[in-house]
Amino acid sequence: MGCGFGAEGTRIGEVVFTTAMNGYVEALTDPSYKGQILVFSHPLMGNYGVPEPLWEDGVLLNMESEHVQVEGVVVAEETIPSKWNSRASLHEWLSEEKVPAISGIDTRMLIKKLRENGSMMGIISSNGDDEASLDWRYDEVDFTDSVSPRSTIVHGRGGNRLTVVDCGVKHGILRELVSRGFTVVRVPCKSSVDEVLAVEPQGVIFSNGPGNPNLLPGLVRTFMSIAEERLPILGICLGHQVAALAMGGRVRKMKFGHRAVNKPVVEARTGSCFVTTHNHGYGVYDDDVPPNMKVWFRNPDDGVVEGLIHEELPIFTTQFHPEARAGPRDASWIFDKFAKVVRSG
Amino acid sequence: MDDVRKVLVIGSGPIKIAEAAEFDYSGSQALKAFKEEGIETVLVNPNVATVQTSKKFADRLYMVPITSEYAVKVIERERPDAIAIGFGGQTALTVGVELGKAGVLRKYGIGVLGTPIDGIERALSREKFRETMMAVGIPVPPSAAARTEEEALAVARRIGFPVMMRVSFNLGGRGSTVAWSEEELYRSLGRAFSQSHIHEVLIERYLHHWRELEYEVVRDSRGNSVVVACLENLDPMGVHTGESVVIAPCQTLDDYEYQEMRSSAIRVAESINLIGECNVQFARDPASYSYYAIETNPRMSRSSALASKATGYPLAYIAAKLSLGYSLDEVINKVTGTTCSCFEPSLDYVAIKMPRWDLGKFDHVDESLGSEMKSIGEVMSLGRSFEEAMQKAVRMLDIGEPGIVGGSIYESNMSMEDALNSLRARKPYWFLYAAKAFKEGASIRDVASACGVSEFFLFKIKGLVDFYEKMRGNGLDEAELIEAKRLGFSDGQIAKATGIEEDDVRRIRRKLGVMPSIKQIDTVAGEQPASTNYLYLTYNGDEDDVKPSGGLLILGAGVFRIGVSVEFDWGVVSLLEAAREFLGEAAILNNNPETVSTDWDVARLLFFDEATVERIIDIVEKGGFKEVATLVGGQLGNDVAKPLEDRGVKLLGTAGHSVDVAEDREKFSNLLDSLGLKQPEWVSASSEAAVRKFVDLVGFPVLVRPSYVISGSWMKVIHNEAELMNLIKRIRLSTARPIIISKFMEDADEAEIDGVSDGKGAIGVVLEHVDEAGIHSGDSTMTIPNRSLGVTTIDGMKRAAIMLAREIGIHGPFNLQFIVKNDDPHIIELNLRASRSMPFSSKAVGVNLIRKSMEAIVRGLPLDEFVELRSKAWAVKSPQFSWSQLRGAYPALGPEMRSTGEAAALGLSFADALLKSWLSTPPNRVPRKNGRVLIYGEGTEEAARSMARAGYEVATLRGANASGEAVGLEIDEAVNAIKEGGVELVMTSGDMHGLDYWIRRTAADLNVPLVLSSRLGRELANALELGGCTSVKEIDEYSQ
Repeated sequence: MGCGFGAEGTRIGEVVFTTAMNGYVEALTDPSYKGQILVFSHPLMGNYGVPEPLWEDGVLLNMESEHVQVEGVVVAEETIPSKWNSRASLHEWLSEEKVPAISGIDTRMLIKKLRENGSMMGIISSNGDDEASLDWRYDEVDFTDSVSPRSTIVHGRGGNRLTVVDCGVKHGILRELVSRGFTVVRVPCKSSVDEVLAVEPQGVIFSNGPGNPNLLPGLVRTFMSIAEERLPILGICLGHQVAALAMGGRVRKMKFGHRAVNKPVVEARTGSCFVTTHNHGYGVYDDDVPPNMKVWFRNPDDGVVEGLIHEELPIFTTQFHPEARAGPRDASWIFDKFAKVVRSG
Repeated sequence: MDDVRKVLVIGSGPIKIAEAAEFDYSGSQALKAFKEEGIETVLVNPNVATVQTSKKFADRLYMVPITSEYAVKVIERERPDAIAIGFGGQTALTVGVELGKAGVLRKYGIGVLGTPIDGIERALSREKFRETMMAVGIPVPPSAAARTEEEALAVARRIGFPVMMRVSFNLGGRGSTVAWSEEELYRSLGRAFSQSHIHEVLIERYLHHWRELEYEVVRDSRGNSVVVACLENLDPMGVHTGESVVIAPCQTLDDYEYQEMRSSAIRVAESINLIGECNVQFARDPASYSYYAIETNPRMSRSSALASKATGYPLAYIAAKLSLGYSLDEVINKVTGTTCSCFEPSLDYVAIKMPRWDLGKFDHVDESLGSEMKSIGEVMSLGRSFEEAMQKAVRMLDIGEPGIVGGSIYESNMSMEDALNSLRARKPYWFLYAAKAFKEGASIRDVASACGVSEFFLFKIKGLVDFYEKMRGNGLDEAELIEAKRLGFSDGQIAKATGIEEDDVRRIRRKLGVMPSIKQIDTVAGEQPASTNYLYLTYNGDEDDVKPSGGLLILGAGVFRIGVSVEFDWGVVSLLEAAREFLGEAAILNNNPETVSTDWDVARLLFFDEATVERIIDIVEKGGFKEVATLVGGQLGNDVAKPLEDRGVKLLGTAGHSVDVAEDREKFSNLLDSLGLKQPEWVSASSEAAVRKFVDLVGFPVLVRPSYVISGSWMKVIHNEAELMNLIKRIRLSTARPIIISKFMEDADEAEIDGVSDGKGAIGVVLEHVDEAGIHSGDSTMTIPNRSLGVTTIDGMKRAAIMLAREIGIHGPFNLQFIVKNDDPHIIELNLRASRSMPFSSKAVGVNLIRKSMEAIVRGLPLDEFVELRSKAWAVKSPQFSWSQLRGAYPALGPEMRSTGEAAALGLSFADALLKSWLSTPPNRVPRKNGRVLIYGEGTEEAARSMARAGYEVATLRGANASGEAVGLEIDEAVNAIKEGGVELVMTSGDMHGLDYWIRRTAADLNVPLVLSSRLGRELANALELGGCTSVKEIDEYSQ
């Protein structure tokens, strides 16, 4: 029991937690959180309010999508903001976005429960008499459709073209690509190979997105076909998982996943360690690595494979988010590397 | 660095303002980290009160001054192959850079562990730092030097107003002015140019009310970096971070801002080739995306100690490991025990650091806070709401304030305008004035523009005021009681607001089951289970992370203040280890982030929380603790002992009612009379008439003090009628608050016994003061063994000690103080707890008196007499003063304690130990051969003659007891001579502030050594006349 804020109503979702201490605007607008109720470990949330969205080349600079994507929000305390560029409080914003939230929760207690029992389904409700039933499970639903664009969207005016297979791409990824001088073409997640290749891209990005990658055989097939074209491919988060499946590997549900901005990944070849942003509930483990691919990055703490690189084809994937947003920018060089491969190809 | 077998670790020396116990913490961790690798450690640190100078920490210990001169001697003897200079503050870093520049490190083939010297130099030099930042594209505040008025105005126009003008090469850093317009700048330029020796001013953008943020970066030799914490200063730019209230993690930055500075901080670390830990400070505009890098400290610092305690990430330990060549992912996170150190801690709580000032102890001191540090200690509070942490922190300061609201300032008749003016004047403890201003009707905007604190935090402070006032009007129902506790209100505050007794609030609270939860600090916000028990309590939680089942709870000394410092932390750690030996595991309760006792691997159970009676009882009840040890808790332990015992808590050692006999002047005096032990005549006076009657009887001078205090707060020697009248005006006498007046014995000696008893037998160490009686024992130079006290005197002291130990039933440590006149010891004080001098006396004789205390309590001592412990070598302890930091304060000694720390040395002779000990307390140094020394004041004649014989040019002050045949200077001449660098040392005595204020002040400001007692002056002069030679030996060599 806590105190409701944001919108009134009842929502169901998989309850997951993040240990990021700020960056709530980015987290709540991240389409990968579709179908999930997000618990913040840090007790004070909403301190700097919510800014006016800023756009450039049709890409959002200070949010990861146009809307709040989570099903619900759980915090210990929702604060009164004070910030020069804030236009609304967290409460006001969630009300506008029709997302219910709850404060006054011992989020540490809740997180320990999730840590011990694994992610679970939950209901957030502002009116106890509103009967909600847990008649679905997060793992059984394909959410990508609801966050993927209906039609093609183009950003930037660069000489080289990239296609983003958009399963709910974070605008942070688009920004990294556009700022490197590419024309970025976003196509719906369910596009055919021909549709993906329609603009004759020099490279393809399989984006992040919500949900269980094992429910996306179509996308996996698309990946396989494009890989055969020997086009440079960058897979990020869901894109990494799709790559693993397409190349003959496996993806498994994790107990409670990685959702944080403080996670180390070690580059296998160099031993270098980077602090990165993570948001995944599924993962590739050592046993799951497809043949012809090798581990690019690994989490040194639990061994989860955090990046793959193909032995022959120009395919690179990261389970973490090199675009950060929210989080450290230490791995943004991955976009440089990909850009170089695209341009030299 | 595989070939490191022996490392020289440089400490930070005595505690001074801006260089305190945080370096005991960092040095101890580094020593542990090196030892784990099988590396032999050699420590140079004369700070005898520290934990790191205890036996097991370093393999070899040199208690010598921390200067390159002495370091070279140690290097010649020890031939280390590496040196660690990042764990002893600026002191160690400076010595390291000097050794590097002088070619000593190269000559002896010594590698620098961690950041290389050239990187350190890039960080430390203002100019090189600016150049480096510009080269890597990090913004720095625009500034330029100007040599003419036109140039200065042009620079200011380019930079934009307001500007800050600094006088270049003006000693002491003063002479900086803020100008908001061209006219203002023009007006101050003339004076500024005249103050600069090189006729130059520096014009810099003035960052009025900008935010100050600090990032703590860790980087390994492979180039991996992590940011362990971002600390947000609540006070704006312009207030030294050591003077600021600081919160971790930062609260008002969005992701863009946070990451922008985080990336810059890592670039700063790269640009200085950091290996280990550094702190990068930024200024940020509160109303745009502008920011600047301000500076970096390429070493463990006060902030890194705070970051370490706030996050649980053992920074110094990891920095030490990285300096040996490990990479971040190779070092295990000892808190989780399963994850690596290459991550950034996530906090599911807030940590607030709050400074403590003791400026009230100093006459004439400038009280406004600015770019230099004046605070003496700090606390850190943990909570799951800002309000809770903030109110806890205020109580931890132990300044008599019950929280943000409801204290003496809050309830005073101060007006809103006065409160706002106090904020504008940057008086210490701004948050109390902010609350007062809100209470008197000020708006958020009024307060924000007065103090520059972010409105985000001010909203919350105002919320506390509103809640308190509502509670005062309407009382509380159950939901509101819970809300009050979640906002950090103490039972005492609630009692006061609602007009019921504090114990009743507790009763109601317990009946309703309103109790705090115990939460763990795990560095990962609950994502992984923690293997350590670093705990705090909060009302913003529904579940205990752990259920401790405790035996002994040891109360730490809390905030450091004048009179309570690292020596008590040594006591806490010693007692914990002794408990482990005699009783089994014990828990620690403390809230001082500078300490070793709050380190992650010291106690198995650490409660980092308030040490109020309310919270101690919460912990005792929740943790099932059977006993509480208050005897190493300094003033804090004293204050809570009796209330705890009254509420049924069992105390370790001497019973509370026995403590009461020693603390209560009346009872103690009667006891001394009944035992036939002598004491100075005294009276407890609660009215002016009683004061007069006593003074008429015994005559001046008299010593005046309140009861129940440590460090002699408010203690004064009164010499005449005028001083007496002045005092009576200052303190309100009442039966509830009487004062103690005693006959002050002039020209007497002072001596002490640090001892341990089991109520039957006792052991102890006799300490003799070098200075005359009347100087607070904490400010006195002390020697072991005694030099001038005769056998009969010592026998009398020992007899008194054993009689009192048996009569009172002392179980544990005690400290008995005497004043000796004509060989006759008179008892002036008995303290039944660890004393300030115990680390010194313990280390001098080689017996840990705190461990012995535990043994006496648990097993008893196999003695039925008093056994004196004697040292094999001469041991001398010297006080460390921080006069230069305390702008305006008049340097003088008296019954009120003013020193901030201490150093000690062992020697082959008294002169050897004395000189080395004195030289260990900066800015003391041996005057240059044939240099000029200024000696004046009562009783300094002998010192003047000795100094003349030693070959110095002795000058004296005309009109102030001319010393010998010395040249007499006028005050102005003396002050000018000091300013021009023509005086090597000032020796004086007593208090002559009407006459020589500017002499002492100028000497303090320019770091000219000051000797303020005639007897110490005489002994030092004697030591210098003997040749001024000192021995450099490992401490164990002295007892062979």
